[in-house]
Amino acid sequence: MTSARVARILSEVADRSATQGALPQRLVMACVDSVPVSGAGIVLMSASGPADVAAVTDGPARVMEELQFTLGEGPGVECSRSGRPVLEPDLTSGGSRRWPAFASGALQAGVCAMFALPLRVGAIRLGVLDLYRNVPGALSTAELAEALSFADAATVILLTLQSQADPDHDDVVGIGMHLIEDRAQVHQATGFIAERADVSMTDALTLLRARAYASDCLVTDLARDVLSGVVQLTQDENRQIGS
Amino acid sequence: MEPQRLAGVFVELADTLVEKFDIVDFLQMLTERAVELLEADAAGLMLADERGDLCLMASTLERMRLLELFELQISEGPCRECFDTGAQVTNVNLAAAYDRWPTFTIAAVDAGFQSTHALPMRLRGQTIGSLNLFTDRQVELSEDDIAVGQAMADIATIGIVHERVSQEQSLLSEQLQTALHSRVVIEQAKGVLAARSNVSMGEAFRSMRAHARRNRLTLSAVAQGVIDGTARVDDLVGS
Repeated sequence: MTSARVARILSEVADRSATQGALPQRLVMACVDSVPVSGAGIVLMSASGPADVAAVTDGPARVMEELQFTLGEGPGVECSRSGRPVLEPDLTSGGSRRWPAFASGALQAGVCAMFALPLRVGAIRLGVLDLYRNVPGALSTAELAEALSFADAATVILLTLQSQADPDHDDVVGIGMHLIEDRAQVHQATGFIAERADVSMTDALTLLRARAYASDCLVTDLARDVLSGVVQLTQDENRQIGS
Repeated sequence: MEPQRLAGVFVELADTLVEKFDIVDFLQMLTERAVELLEADAAGLMLADERGDLCLMASTLERMRLLELFELQISEGPCRECFDTGAQVTNVNLAAAYDRWPTFTIAAVDAGFQSTHALPMRLRGQTIGSLNLFTDRQVELSEDDIAVGQAMADIATIGIVHERVSQEQSLLSEQLQTALHSRVVIEQAKGVLAARSNVSMGEAFRSMRAHARRNRLTLSAVAQGVIDGTARVDDLVGS
Protein backbone atom coordinates (compact mmCIF):
# COMPACT_ATOMS: atom_id res chain seq x y z
CA MET A 1 0.00 0.00 0.00
CA THR A 2 2.97 2.23 0.20
CA SER A 3 4.05 4.12 -2.82
CA ALA A 4 6.46 6.73 -4.02
CA ARG A 5 3.56 9.14 -4.26
CA VAL A 6 2.68 8.74 -0.55
CA ALA A 7 6.33 9.29 0.38
CA ARG A 8 6.42 12.46 -1.68
CA ILE A 9 3.22 13.80 -0.12
CA LEU A 10 4.61 13.14 3.36
CA SER A 11 7.89 14.76 2.51
CA GLU A 12 6.19 17.91 1.23
CA VAL A 13 3.71 18.12 4.08
CA ALA A 14 6.40 17.56 6.72
CA ASP A 15 8.69 20.24 5.32
CA ARG A 16 8.37 23.02 7.89
CA SER A 17 10.31 25.54 5.84
CA ALA A 18 7.63 25.39 3.16
CA THR A 19 4.38 25.11 5.14
CA GLN A 20 2.85 26.32 8.40
CA GLY A 21 0.57 24.72 10.95
CA ALA A 22 0.08 21.25 12.41
CA LEU A 23 0.69 18.21 10.22
CA PRO A 24 -2.97 17.18 9.66
CA GLN A 25 -3.81 20.78 8.77
CA ARG A 26 -0.99 20.96 6.24
CA LEU A 27 -2.10 17.66 4.77
CA VAL A 28 -5.71 18.72 4.10
CA MET A 29 -4.47 21.95 2.52
CA ALA A 30 -2.07 20.06 0.25
CA CYS A 31 -4.86 17.63 -0.61
CA VAL A 32 -7.19 20.39 -1.80
CA ASP A 33 -4.38 21.68 -4.02
CA SER A 34 -3.82 18.27 -5.68
CA VAL A 35 -7.31 16.77 -5.87
CA PRO A 36 -10.13 18.70 -7.59
CA VAL A 37 -12.23 19.22 -4.45
CA SER A 38 -13.20 22.42 -2.71
CA GLY A 39 -12.65 21.33 0.88
CA ALA A 40 -11.25 18.56 3.05
CA GLY A 41 -11.31 17.43 6.66
CA ILE A 42 -9.72 14.74 8.82
CA VAL A 43 -12.02 13.33 11.50
CA LEU A 44 -10.95 10.98 14.25
CA MET A 45 -13.48 8.25 14.80
CA SER A 46 -14.38 6.14 17.80
CA ALA A 47 -16.54 3.04 17.83
CA SER A 48 -19.61 5.18 18.54
CA GLY A 49 -19.03 7.69 15.73
CA PRO A 50 -17.19 10.95 15.00
CA ALA A 51 -15.00 11.85 17.98
CA ASP A 52 -12.88 14.82 17.07
CA VAL A 53 -11.96 17.00 14.10
CA ALA A 54 -8.20 16.84 13.52
CA ALA A 55 -8.10 19.33 10.65
CA VAL A 56 -10.37 21.15 8.21
CA THR A 57 -9.78 23.53 5.35
CA ASP A 58 -11.43 26.95 5.26
CA GLY A 59 -14.99 27.21 4.00
CA PRO A 60 -17.85 24.78 4.60
CA ALA A 61 -15.63 21.84 5.68
CA ARG A 62 -16.09 22.60 9.39
CA VAL A 63 -19.84 22.94 8.99
CA MET A 64 -19.90 19.57 7.25
CA GLU A 65 -18.01 17.85 10.04
CA GLU A 66 -20.28 19.43 12.63
CA LEU A 67 -23.33 18.28 10.67
CA GLN A 68 -22.14 14.69 10.66
CA PHE A 69 -21.19 14.90 14.34
CA THR A 70 -24.58 16.27 15.31
CA LEU A 71 -26.71 14.03 13.11
CA GLY A 72 -24.60 10.90 13.43
CA GLU A 73 -25.06 10.28 9.71
CA GLY A 74 -23.35 11.09 6.44
CA PRO A 75 -20.71 9.61 4.13
CA GLY A 76 -17.91 9.99 6.69
CA VAL A 77 -19.88 8.19 9.38
CA GLU A 78 -20.78 5.39 6.99
CA CYS A 79 -17.19 5.15 5.78
CA SER A 80 -15.93 4.86 9.33
CA ARG A 81 -18.46 2.15 10.12
CA SER A 82 -17.82 0.04 7.03
CA GLY A 83 -14.09 0.71 6.64
CA ARG A 84 -14.51 1.30 2.91
CA PRO A 85 -14.63 4.43 0.80
CA VAL A 86 -18.04 6.07 0.44
CA LEU A 87 -18.28 8.09 -2.75
CA GLU A 88 -21.30 10.31 -3.30
CA PRO A 89 -20.94 12.36 -6.49
CA ASP A 90 -24.37 13.99 -6.18
CA LEU A 91 -25.97 14.81 -2.86
CA THR A 92 -29.15 16.07 -4.52
CA SER A 93 -30.10 12.62 -5.82
CA GLY A 94 -28.63 9.45 -4.27
CA GLY A 95 -27.24 11.19 -1.21
CA SER A 96 -30.54 12.75 -0.19
CA ARG A 97 -32.14 9.32 -0.02
CA ARG A 98 -29.32 7.78 2.00
CA TRP A 99 -28.82 10.61 4.48
CA PRO A 100 -31.85 12.94 4.21
CA ALA A 101 -30.98 15.28 7.09
CA PHE A 102 -27.29 15.42 6.28
CA ALA A 103 -27.82 15.98 2.55
CA SER A 104 -30.17 18.88 3.10
CA GLY A 105 -27.69 20.56 5.49
CA ALA A 106 -24.82 19.94 3.08
CA LEU A 107 -26.66 21.46 0.13
CA GLN A 108 -27.49 24.49 2.25
CA ALA A 109 -23.78 24.88 2.99
CA GLY A 110 -23.09 24.74 -0.73
CA VAL A 111 -21.64 21.21 -0.84
CA CYS A 112 -22.90 19.06 -3.73
CA ALA A 113 -20.62 16.01 -3.69
CA MET A 114 -18.69 14.23 -0.98
CA PHE A 115 -16.08 11.47 -0.87
CA ALA A 116 -15.09 9.81 2.40
CA LEU A 117 -11.96 7.66 2.57
CA PRO A 118 -11.10 5.44 5.55
CA LEU A 119 -7.86 6.02 7.46
CA ARG A 120 -7.04 2.48 8.54
CA VAL A 121 -4.46 -0.25 8.75
CA GLY A 122 -6.53 -3.42 8.64
CA ALA A 123 -8.47 -3.60 11.91
CA ILE A 124 -6.94 -0.36 13.17
CA ARG A 125 -9.49 2.32 12.35
CA LEU A 126 -8.24 5.83 13.00
CA GLY A 127 -10.68 8.07 11.22
CA VAL A 128 -11.80 9.40 7.88
CA LEU A 129 -10.56 11.81 5.24
CA ASP A 130 -13.62 13.70 4.01
CA LEU A 131 -13.45 15.51 0.68
CA TYR A 132 -16.10 18.02 -0.44
CA ARG A 133 -17.02 19.50 -3.74
CA ASN A 134 -19.16 22.56 -4.43
CA VAL A 135 -20.30 21.12 -7.77
CA PRO A 136 -21.72 17.65 -8.39
CA GLY A 137 -19.56 15.10 -10.18
CA ALA A 138 -17.53 11.96 -9.61
CA LEU A 139 -13.77 11.73 -9.19
CA SER A 140 -11.97 10.13 -12.12
CA THR A 141 -9.90 7.01 -11.54
CA ALA A 142 -6.67 9.01 -11.45
CA GLU A 143 -8.19 11.59 -9.10
CA LEU A 144 -9.42 8.91 -6.73
CA ALA A 145 -5.98 7.25 -6.78
CA GLU A 146 -4.47 10.59 -5.81
CA ALA A 147 -7.05 11.02 -3.03
CA LEU A 148 -6.25 7.51 -1.74
CA SER A 149 -2.56 8.46 -1.60
CA PHE A 150 -3.49 11.43 0.59
CA ALA A 151 -5.54 9.08 2.79
CA ASP A 152 -2.50 6.81 3.20
CA ALA A 153 -0.35 9.83 4.05
CA ALA A 154 -2.97 10.99 6.60
CA THR A 155 -2.92 7.51 8.18
CA VAL A 156 0.85 7.70 8.61
CA ILE A 157 0.57 11.16 10.17
CA LEU A 158 -2.14 10.14 12.64
CA LEU A 159 -0.14 7.06 13.70
CA THR A 160 3.04 9.10 14.08
CA LEU A 161 1.19 11.65 16.21
CA GLN A 162 0.07 8.84 18.54
CA SER A 163 3.59 8.37 19.82
CA GLN A 164 5.16 11.78 19.26
CA ALA A 165 3.33 15.03 19.82
CA ASP A 166 5.64 16.99 17.55
CA PRO A 167 7.43 14.70 15.13
CA ASP A 168 10.06 16.21 12.88
CA HIS A 169 10.37 15.78 9.14
CA ASP A 170 12.50 12.64 9.22
CA ASP A 171 10.20 10.89 11.70
CA VAL A 172 7.21 11.30 9.45
CA VAL A 173 8.91 10.48 6.19
CA GLY A 174 11.38 7.83 7.35
CA ILE A 175 9.77 5.65 9.96
CA GLY A 176 6.25 6.64 9.10
CA MET A 177 6.38 4.90 5.76
CA HIS A 178 7.04 1.52 7.31
CA LEU A 179 3.66 1.63 8.97
CA ILE A 180 1.50 1.10 5.98
CA GLU A 181 3.81 -1.03 3.94
CA ASP A 182 2.16 -4.26 3.09
CA ARG A 183 4.30 -6.47 5.27
CA ALA A 184 2.47 -9.44 6.69
CA GLN A 185 4.82 -9.86 9.65
CA VAL A 186 4.30 -6.30 10.87
CA HIS A 187 0.55 -6.89 10.94
CA GLN A 188 0.97 -10.29 12.62
CA ALA A 189 3.28 -8.76 15.23
CA THR A 190 0.72 -6.01 15.87
CA GLY A 191 -1.89 -8.63 16.74
CA PHE A 192 0.66 -10.61 18.75
CA ILE A 193 1.64 -7.60 20.88
CA ALA A 194 -1.98 -6.50 21.36
CA GLU A 195 -2.74 -9.90 22.86
CA ARG A 196 0.42 -10.35 24.96
CA ALA A 197 0.65 -6.79 26.29
CA ASP A 198 -3.14 -6.44 26.57
CA VAL A 199 -3.31 -3.21 24.61
CA SER A 200 -5.43 -2.06 21.67
CA MET A 201 -4.30 -2.79 18.12
CA THR A 202 -3.48 0.89 17.63
CA ASP A 203 -1.33 0.96 20.77
CA ALA A 204 0.35 -2.29 19.73
CA LEU A 205 1.42 -0.81 16.42
CA THR A 206 2.56 2.40 18.15
CA LEU A 207 4.55 0.30 20.62
CA LEU A 208 6.21 -1.69 17.86
CA ARG A 209 7.07 1.40 15.90
CA ALA A 210 8.33 3.38 18.90
CA ARG A 211 10.61 0.52 19.93
CA ALA A 212 11.98 0.19 16.39
CA TYR A 213 12.65 3.91 16.33
CA ALA A 214 14.30 3.91 19.78
CA SER A 215 16.57 0.98 18.90
CA ASP A 216 17.26 2.24 15.39
CA CYS A 217 16.13 -0.89 13.59
CA LEU A 218 13.56 -1.57 10.87
CA VAL A 219 9.99 -2.22 11.93
CA THR A 220 9.97 -5.35 9.78
CA ASP A 221 13.07 -6.75 11.51
CA LEU A 222 11.67 -6.01 14.95
CA ALA A 223 8.34 -7.62 13.97
CA ARG A 224 10.17 -10.82 13.09
CA ASP A 225 11.96 -10.81 16.46
CA VAL A 226 8.69 -10.26 18.30
CA LEU A 227 7.07 -13.20 16.52
CA SER A 228 10.01 -15.50 17.21
CA GLY A 229 9.98 -14.50 20.89
CA VAL A 230 13.44 -12.90 20.84
CA VAL A 231 11.97 -9.53 21.81
CA GLN A 232 9.05 -8.89 24.14
CA LEU A 233 7.20 -5.60 24.27
CA THR A 234 5.16 -4.55 27.29
CA GLN A 235 2.68 -1.83 28.05
CA ASP A 236 5.07 -0.18 30.54
CA GLU A 237 7.53 0.42 27.78
CA ASN A 238 4.92 2.43 25.96
CA ARG A 239 4.52 4.71 28.96
CA GLN A 240 8.27 5.22 29.21
CA ILE A 241 8.53 6.15 25.59
CA GLY A 242 5.43 8.29 25.73
CA SER A 243 6.63 10.26 28.77
CA MET B 1 -6.13 -33.17 -15.93
CA GLU B 2 -9.30 -35.07 -15.18
CA PRO B 3 -12.34 -33.39 -16.70
CA GLN B 4 -14.40 -34.27 -13.62
CA ARG B 5 -11.94 -32.69 -11.26
CA LEU B 6 -11.78 -29.61 -13.47
CA ALA B 7 -15.55 -29.31 -13.52
CA GLY B 8 -15.65 -29.81 -9.75
CA VAL B 9 -13.25 -26.94 -9.12
CA PHE B 10 -15.14 -24.52 -11.33
CA VAL B 11 -18.43 -25.50 -9.71
CA GLU B 12 -16.87 -24.85 -6.32
CA LEU B 13 -15.53 -21.45 -7.41
CA ALA B 14 -18.87 -20.46 -8.92
CA ASP B 15 -20.66 -21.54 -5.73
CA THR B 16 -18.39 -19.33 -3.68
CA LEU B 17 -19.26 -16.36 -5.84
CA VAL B 18 -22.97 -16.67 -5.12
CA GLU B 19 -22.70 -17.75 -1.46
CA LYS B 20 -21.50 -15.61 1.41
CA PHE B 21 -18.39 -14.18 -0.11
CA ASP B 22 -15.02 -13.33 1.39
CA ILE B 23 -12.36 -12.05 -0.96
CA VAL B 24 -9.31 -13.28 0.98
CA ASP B 25 -10.76 -16.74 1.51
CA PHE B 26 -11.80 -16.91 -2.13
CA LEU B 27 -8.36 -16.01 -3.48
CA GLN B 28 -6.67 -18.41 -1.07
CA MET B 29 -8.93 -21.25 -2.21
CA LEU B 30 -8.30 -20.32 -5.83
CA THR B 31 -4.53 -20.57 -5.43
CA GLU B 32 -4.88 -23.94 -3.70
CA ARG B 33 -7.05 -25.30 -6.50
CA ALA B 34 -4.62 -23.95 -9.09
CA VAL B 35 -1.86 -26.00 -7.43
CA GLU B 36 -4.02 -29.12 -7.59
CA LEU B 37 -5.26 -28.73 -11.14
CA LEU B 38 -2.00 -27.69 -12.73
CA GLU B 39 0.20 -29.97 -10.67
CA ALA B 40 2.26 -27.10 -9.38
CA ASP B 41 4.04 -27.06 -6.05
CA ALA B 42 3.06 -23.56 -5.11
CA ALA B 43 0.79 -20.78 -6.28
CA GLY B 44 0.41 -17.16 -5.31
CA LEU B 45 -1.68 -14.21 -6.26
CA MET B 46 -0.58 -10.61 -6.45
CA LEU B 47 -2.79 -7.57 -6.76
CA ALA B 48 -1.87 -4.06 -7.74
CA ASP B 49 -3.51 -0.92 -6.56
CA GLU B 50 -4.23 2.01 -8.87
CA ARG B 51 -0.66 3.22 -8.45
CA GLY B 52 0.88 0.00 -9.69
CA ASP B 53 2.18 -1.20 -6.32
CA LEU B 54 1.89 -4.97 -6.16
CA CYS B 55 0.84 -6.70 -2.94
CA LEU B 56 0.73 -10.40 -2.18
CA MET B 57 -2.88 -11.44 -1.51
CA ALA B 58 -2.58 -15.22 -1.26
CA SER B 59 0.05 -17.92 -1.35
CA THR B 60 0.07 -21.63 -0.69
CA LEU B 61 3.60 -22.24 0.57
CA GLU B 62 5.88 -20.34 2.93
CA ARG B 63 9.07 -20.57 0.85
CA MET B 64 7.14 -19.28 -2.12
CA ARG B 65 5.62 -16.44 -0.08
CA LEU B 66 9.11 -15.30 0.92
CA LEU B 67 10.29 -15.53 -2.66
CA GLU B 68 7.35 -13.43 -3.85
CA LEU B 69 7.98 -10.80 -1.20
CA PHE B 70 11.57 -10.71 -2.40
CA GLU B 71 10.37 -10.34 -5.96
CA LEU B 72 8.26 -7.35 -4.91
CA GLN B 73 11.27 -5.74 -3.27
CA ILE B 74 13.62 -6.15 -6.21
CA SER B 75 10.90 -5.47 -8.81
CA GLU B 76 12.12 -8.29 -11.01
CA GLY B 77 10.72 -11.71 -11.85
CA PRO B 78 7.82 -13.49 -13.53
CA CYS B 79 4.96 -11.79 -11.65
CA ARG B 80 6.42 -8.33 -12.12
CA GLU B 81 7.03 -9.01 -15.82
CA CYS B 82 3.55 -10.45 -16.29
CA PHE B 83 2.03 -7.44 -14.55
CA ASP B 84 4.10 -4.88 -16.46
CA THR B 85 3.53 -6.40 -19.90
CA GLY B 86 0.04 -7.83 -19.33
CA ALA B 87 1.20 -10.96 -21.16
CA GLN B 88 1.37 -14.57 -20.01
CA VAL B 89 4.74 -15.78 -18.79
CA THR B 90 4.69 -19.54 -19.20
CA ASN B 91 7.00 -22.54 -19.06
CA VAL B 92 10.05 -20.68 -17.88
CA ASN B 93 12.90 -23.02 -17.05
CA LEU B 94 14.61 -21.21 -14.20
CA ALA B 95 17.96 -22.82 -14.93
CA ALA B 96 17.96 -20.83 -18.17
CA ALA B 97 16.48 -17.60 -16.78
CA TYR B 98 19.59 -16.00 -15.25
CA ASP B 99 19.81 -13.43 -18.04
CA ARG B 100 16.12 -12.59 -17.90
CA TRP B 101 15.88 -12.05 -14.11
CA PRO B 102 19.41 -12.20 -12.67
CA THR B 103 18.65 -11.57 -9.00
CA PHE B 104 15.26 -13.25 -8.84
CA THR B 105 16.43 -16.47 -10.50
CA ILE B 106 19.18 -17.03 -7.94
CA ALA B 107 16.64 -16.68 -5.12
CA ALA B 108 14.06 -18.87 -6.88
CA VAL B 109 16.50 -21.72 -7.52
CA ASP B 110 17.71 -21.31 -3.95
CA ALA B 111 14.13 -21.75 -2.75
CA GLY B 112 14.00 -25.08 -4.61
CA PHE B 113 12.00 -24.14 -7.70
CA GLN B 114 12.79 -25.13 -11.29
CA SER B 115 9.89 -23.79 -13.35
CA THR B 116 7.55 -20.85 -13.11
CA HIS B 117 4.49 -19.41 -14.82
CA ALA B 118 2.60 -16.15 -14.36
CA LEU B 119 -0.85 -15.41 -15.74
CA PRO B 120 -2.25 -11.88 -15.90
CA MET B 121 -5.44 -10.83 -14.14
CA ARG B 122 -6.99 -8.63 -16.79
CA LEU B 123 -9.95 -6.32 -16.64
CA ARG B 124 -11.15 -4.10 -19.45
CA GLY B 125 -7.72 -3.65 -20.97
CA GLN B 126 -5.99 -3.15 -17.63
CA THR B 127 -3.82 -5.62 -15.72
CA ILE B 128 -4.72 -5.68 -12.02
CA GLY B 129 -2.52 -8.52 -10.81
CA SER B 130 -1.17 -11.95 -11.62
CA LEU B 131 -1.57 -15.59 -10.69
CA ASN B 132 1.80 -17.23 -10.24
CA LEU B 133 2.81 -20.87 -10.23
CA PHE B 134 6.06 -22.54 -9.23
CA THR B 135 7.15 -26.15 -9.55
CA ASP B 136 10.00 -28.05 -7.91
CA ARG B 137 10.65 -30.11 -11.02
CA GLN B 138 10.90 -28.80 -14.53
CA VAL B 139 7.37 -28.94 -15.90
CA GLU B 140 5.89 -28.03 -19.28
CA LEU B 141 2.29 -26.88 -19.17
CA SER B 142 0.26 -27.81 -22.25
CA GLU B 143 -1.85 -25.24 -24.06
CA ASP B 144 -4.91 -26.67 -22.34
CA ASP B 145 -3.24 -26.33 -18.94
CA ILE B 146 -2.39 -22.72 -19.67
CA ALA B 147 -5.97 -22.03 -20.75
CA VAL B 148 -7.23 -23.46 -17.45
CA GLY B 149 -4.69 -21.38 -15.52
CA GLN B 150 -5.76 -18.25 -17.39
CA ALA B 151 -9.42 -19.04 -16.68
CA MET B 152 -8.56 -19.23 -12.98
CA ALA B 153 -6.80 -15.86 -13.16
CA ASP B 154 -9.91 -14.46 -14.87
CA ILE B 155 -12.15 -15.88 -12.14
CA ALA B 156 -9.92 -14.22 -9.55
CA THR B 157 -10.53 -10.93 -11.37
CA ILE B 158 -14.28 -11.55 -11.35
CA GLY B 159 -14.04 -12.22 -7.61
CA ILE B 160 -12.41 -8.85 -6.98
CA VAL B 161 -14.98 -6.96 -9.01
CA HIS B 162 -17.83 -9.04 -7.62
CA GLU B 163 -16.87 -8.18 -4.06
CA ARG B 164 -18.48 -4.85 -4.51
CA VAL B 165 -22.12 -4.74 -5.50
CA SER B 166 -23.36 -1.28 -4.89
CA GLN B 167 -25.43 1.55 -6.20
CA GLU B 168 -22.74 4.13 -5.60
CA GLN B 169 -19.79 5.19 -7.70
CA SER B 170 -17.57 2.16 -7.58
CA LEU B 171 -14.05 2.12 -8.89
CA LEU B 172 -11.49 -0.59 -9.18
CA SER B 173 -8.98 1.22 -6.98
CA GLU B 174 -11.56 1.30 -4.21
CA GLN B 175 -12.26 -2.42 -4.54
CA LEU B 176 -8.56 -3.24 -4.54
CA GLN B 177 -7.89 -1.08 -1.50
CA THR B 178 -10.67 -2.74 0.44
CA ALA B 179 -9.45 -6.21 -0.55
CA LEU B 180 -5.92 -5.39 0.58
CA HIS B 181 -7.17 -4.14 3.96
CA SER B 182 -9.14 -7.36 4.40
CA ARG B 183 -5.86 -9.21 4.03
CA VAL B 184 -4.22 -7.00 6.68
CA VAL B 185 -7.05 -7.69 9.17
CA ILE B 186 -6.45 -11.41 8.72
CA GLU B 187 -2.70 -11.04 9.33
CA GLN B 188 -3.42 -9.05 12.50
CA ALA B 189 -5.87 -11.71 13.71
CA LYS B 190 -3.30 -14.46 13.02
CA GLY B 191 -0.93 -12.60 15.34
CA VAL B 192 -3.55 -12.33 18.09
CA LEU B 193 -4.40 -16.01 17.82
CA ALA B 194 -0.76 -17.08 17.75
CA ALA B 195 -0.10 -15.13 20.95
CA ARG B 196 -3.27 -16.36 22.64
CA SER B 197 -2.94 -20.06 21.88
CA ASN B 198 0.72 -20.58 21.07
CA VAL B 199 0.08 -21.79 17.55
CA SER B 200 1.99 -21.06 14.35
CA MET B 201 0.74 -18.47 11.85
CA GLY B 202 -0.21 -21.29 9.49
CA GLU B 203 -2.27 -23.06 12.17
CA ALA B 204 -3.88 -19.77 13.17
CA PHE B 205 -4.98 -19.21 9.58
CA ARG B 206 -6.26 -22.76 9.12
CA SER B 207 -8.24 -22.71 12.36
CA MET B 208 -9.91 -19.38 11.51
CA ARG B 209 -10.80 -20.73 8.12
CA ALA B 210 -12.17 -24.00 9.46
CA HIS B 211 -14.22 -22.06 12.00
CA ALA B 212 -15.59 -19.83 9.24
CA ARG B 213 -16.60 -22.87 7.19
CA ARG B 214 -18.24 -24.69 10.10
CA ASN B 215 -20.29 -21.69 11.10
CA ARG B 216 -20.98 -20.30 7.65
CA LEU B 217 -19.20 -17.07 8.44
CA THR B 218 -16.82 -15.12 6.26
CA LEU B 219 -13.13 -15.40 7.05
CA SER B 220 -12.98 -11.62 7.55
CA ALA B 221 -15.80 -11.74 10.09
CA VAL B 222 -13.99 -14.45 12.05
CA ALA B 223 -10.71 -12.47 11.93
CA GLN B 224 -12.50 -9.36 13.20
CA GLY B 225 -14.10 -11.47 15.93
CA VAL B 226 -10.67 -12.72 17.02
CA ILE B 227 -9.40 -9.13 17.26
CA ASP B 228 -12.49 -7.90 19.13
CA GLY B 229 -12.39 -10.91 21.44
CA THR B 230 -15.87 -12.01 20.42
CA ALA B 231 -14.78 -15.22 18.70
CA ARG B 232 -14.15 -18.03 21.17
CA VAL B 233 -10.63 -19.37 20.96
CA ASP B 234 -11.59 -22.83 22.15
CA ASP B 235 -13.85 -23.09 19.16
CA LEU B 236 -11.13 -21.86 16.88
CA VAL B 237 -8.09 -23.84 17.93
CA GLY B 238 -8.94 -27.50 18.24
CA SER B 239 -8.95 -28.19 21.97
